[in-house]
Amino acid sequence: MVEDEGIRRYVAHFILWIGIAIVAFPVYIAIVASTQDNALIANGQMSLLPGGHFFETYYQTIFVGTSGSTREPVGNMMLNSLVMALLIAVGKIAISIISAYAIVYFRFPLRMPIFWIIFITLMLPVEVRIYPTYKIVADLHMLDSYAGLALPLIASATATLLFRQFFMTVPDELLEASRIDGAGPLRFFWDTLLPLSRTNMAALFVILFILGWNQYLWPLLITTRDDMQTIQVGIRKMITTTDALTEWPIVMATAVLAMLPPVFVVVVMQKLFVRGLVETEK
Amino acid sequence: MANVTLRNVRKTYPGGFEAIKGVDVDVGDGQFCVLVGPSGCGKSTLLRMVAGLETVTGGEIDIGGRIVNQIEPADRDIAMVFQNYALYPHMSVYNNMAYGLRNRGMAEAEIKTRVEEAARVLELSSMLERKPRQLSGGQRQRVAMGRAIVRQPKVFLFDEPLSNLDAKLRIAMRVEIRKLQRRLNTTSIYVTHDQLEAMTLADILVVMNGGQVEQIGNPLAIYEKPATTFVASFIGAPPMNLMSTRPEEIRSQLAGSNAADAGILGIRPEDFVITDQTPDGGVALPLTVEAIERVGAETFVYGSREQEEQRVAATPGELPPGEIIVRIPGTEAPAIGAKIRVAAVRQKLHLFSGDGRTRLEA
Amino acid sequence: MQKQAIFQSKLLPYALVAPQLAIVLIFFYWPALQAVIQSFLLQDAFGLSTSFVWFDNYIELFRDPAYFESILRTFFFSFAIAVSSLSVALLLAVMADKPLRGSTLYRTLLIWPYAVAPPVVGVLWIFMLHPSLGVISRYLRAAGIDWNPLLDGDQAASLIILAAAWKQISYNFLFFLAGLQAIPKSVLEAAAIDGARPMRRFWTVTFPLLSPTIFFLLVVNIVYAFFDTFGIIDTMTRGGPGKSTETLVYKVYSDGLLGGNLGSSAAQSVILMIMVIVLTGIQFRFVERKVTY
Repeated sequence: MVEDEGIRRYVAHFILWIGIAIVAFPVYIAIVASTQDNALIANGQMSLLPGGHFFETYYQTIFVGTSGSTREPVGNMMLNSLVMALLIAVGKIAISIISAYAIVYFRFPLRMPIFWIIFITLMLPVEVRIYPTYKIVADLHMLDSYAGLALPLIASATATLLFRQFFMTVPDELLEASRIDGAGPLRFFWDTLLPLSRTNMAALFVILFILGWNQYLWPLLITTRDDMQTIQVGIRKMITTTDALTEWPIVMATAVLAMLPPVFVVVVMQKLFVRGLVETEK
Repeated sequence: MANVTLRNVRKTYPGGFEAIKGVDVDVGDGQFCVLVGPSGCGKSTLLRMVAGLETVTGGEIDIGGRIVNQIEPADRDIAMVFQNYALYPHMSVYNNMAYGLRNRGMAEAEIKTRVEEAARVLELSSMLERKPRQLSGGQRQRVAMGRAIVRQPKVFLFDEPLSNLDAKLRIAMRVEIRKLQRRLNTTSIYVTHDQLEAMTLADILVVMNGGQVEQIGNPLAIYEKPATTFVASFIGAPPMNLMSTRPEEIRSQLAGSNAADAGILGIRPEDFVITDQTPDGGVALPLTVEAIERVGAETFVYGSREQEEQRVAATPGELPPGEIIVRIPGTEAPAIGAKIRVAAVRQKLHLFSGDGRTRLEA
Repeated sequence: MQKQAIFQSKLLPYALVAPQLAIVLIFFYWPALQAVIQSFLLQDAFGLSTSFVWFDNYIELFRDPAYFESILRTFFFSFAIAVSSLSVALLLAVMADKPLRGSTLYRTLLIWPYAVAPPVVGVLWIFMLHPSLGVISRYLRAAGIDWNPLLDGDQAASLIILAAAWKQISYNFLFFLAGLQAIPKSVLEAAAIDGARPMRRFWTVTFPLLSPTIFFLLVVNIVYAFFDTFGIIDTMTRGGPGKSTETLVYKVYSDGLLGGNLGSSAAQSVILMIMVIVLTGIQFRFVERKVTY
């Protein structure tokens, strides 16, 4: 409208840039800190401009780790986080899409009770059952393992609901045409339904990957060995608030490395990300 | 090559709703059978039962001498064209047609021959690598046809395949389908709600209403001798004028024939002529012209009769009581408000029992 | 709920739901059930015998002022985080909704913090506001503020709220922007022709039409403040100083870490479960309403 011209437009630009500055400032500081000398930072004399220790710090972070609290190279932590995030994302999608398929395309006794059993897990996040779940995973000897990191998290009511909703929009005639074309239930799933679900799976994958990568409480509980640590857990162990010997450049480099993959995914796959976020929240 | 025979076929849904109340139809080898009726009459359900997509709750369906009630759709040797085409959106045109053949384990070379031949016939050869969304409505329709043709099935089933096309394309494809069916000589069952499509395509026309067959036969025979008032008003456009014989004005004109005990009189719009004379044994009606529609080749006159009349047995497309449509050559046009007299000869009168369920010979 | 066109198969559907069902039963229902049972039991000091004590664990919990404070604190945090994050996000979304040059760039630059994990958020903020070495603390001290969130409980709480709200801006922004874009332009144009100035138009047309989105985000933000702040708290303050940043979830965690009273820990879990059920219930009621619009 006419009012959006002139001065109001500049106000809008100005406010947005302030917003971006607020959002970006902490990250800028982290990047700057990761390139500076620890002694300078510890004295509270950190410069607001990048320093000259970029390669040195990141090399040490990725391949060596801190010299104090934990000696695990962050590269390995990132690998653990990656494996966990992929297992969670792929696992959730796989088991949710087949359960949604069963619930939508078959009529069988206990269909609705099973649907509700899956649905109600929405109300049982890991935070409300921390220690009993820990105990079960311990009893199953899955502490300090990828299975223990991922398995208890790969049920997904949200993903199941999403696929169910999508399947409901697939025209019935497609299944009927497949039946006339001689395709059974597995073949219809593989040849038709799965290819049609590609975009939904991709959008969901983006969201679930970020969620998986950012898991914190659960890995914190069940990993005791340093070499099984994820990056989110590792970074916490690096800072000891009482200890003046925190190696801040390495901590900040780790923070940057921890942000990099999920932020990259959001920025590069923005369309899928937005779609996934909006759809999983419906 | 096969006959399709339906013997007392019934469909009752678990809730108790009777969608099909006992239907007998016999479609000869190579014949084109059209099921026509208003929406909800059960014609699509019946077709889907033949396809095996709906279970049969009573009676028998026989395809080529084999009772198929319990046989899976894939094993019935039928092919179907759906209303929304149901093309696989992620597969190319080629793969859409090839899919059913591959599932049956046919050799890739044979598949290629068949698909290419079908594509040639349907003028789709240049589009084999495209995805359905890159095609126009008419092209998609042809792919759906192609998918059926390549199978070389015993029976083609069509579920309102043209209803998603615009009027012009619909006529063109209607002609195409008829030609193709003649050439392939494959038994076909075709569902539509469009009486014009039904009339032009059918060898055998099955008019359905309320889960039952109203009349089966040659389309022209049905047009000329509709068995019920339902068929009379459903087949033919504009619909047949139906009026009660009770008013003195009509009763007196019908007196002296065995039509006297008829309850309903029907006259097609095109069987009226505007005249002051009363043909011998025919019927003449005075009308006031209410509206005129001139469409070029012909003119439709909407007139009202002098006296209000009671509604006759319920029929589709029914006119308001007392309203009459007359079709006259496009060169003529009475003035609105004019008083005219229209008349029809004896041979053109259709007489029905009072409930509209039985045709009486004049 | 289900298709008309379906497949017939006796065993296949069970095989298809089996993996999900197994995980759900083993890792969700069984532990939840354990928590419920445990919350009614009391173990003696040596863990040798347990007895059924009805609601004693719950009564004990509510008699404990620390627990009560934790509840109040959690609600206060939720409220403060939701309100501050929502208002900033709404302002930004309204600006970004205007037909500006570069609006897609703005969107990209504002949504990425969604991907930053809570513990990383904690690290970023504690570093900036660290009492001795923080970049911002310098200026606070220069302004005469005695800034030390590691010792001052209120300052610690405000730090947590700030960091948590910061992370949530991007999420709220995204949903507000979607909500704004869903408002038909013609309605706003009609209001403009009816003589409503931009500010008035916002409060009388845009804001009411946005209310379903606001309500939805309010619930989501409360859930977020309940659960996802765990990582932020754990890296920044570990619940301290004293217990001034100990939320309900953090308390379950730290009480359990100290070992000790299993029954009380279980009772805390059950209370949390009830709160989630209530929140999810509210959320779904709202979703239902959205459908009937």
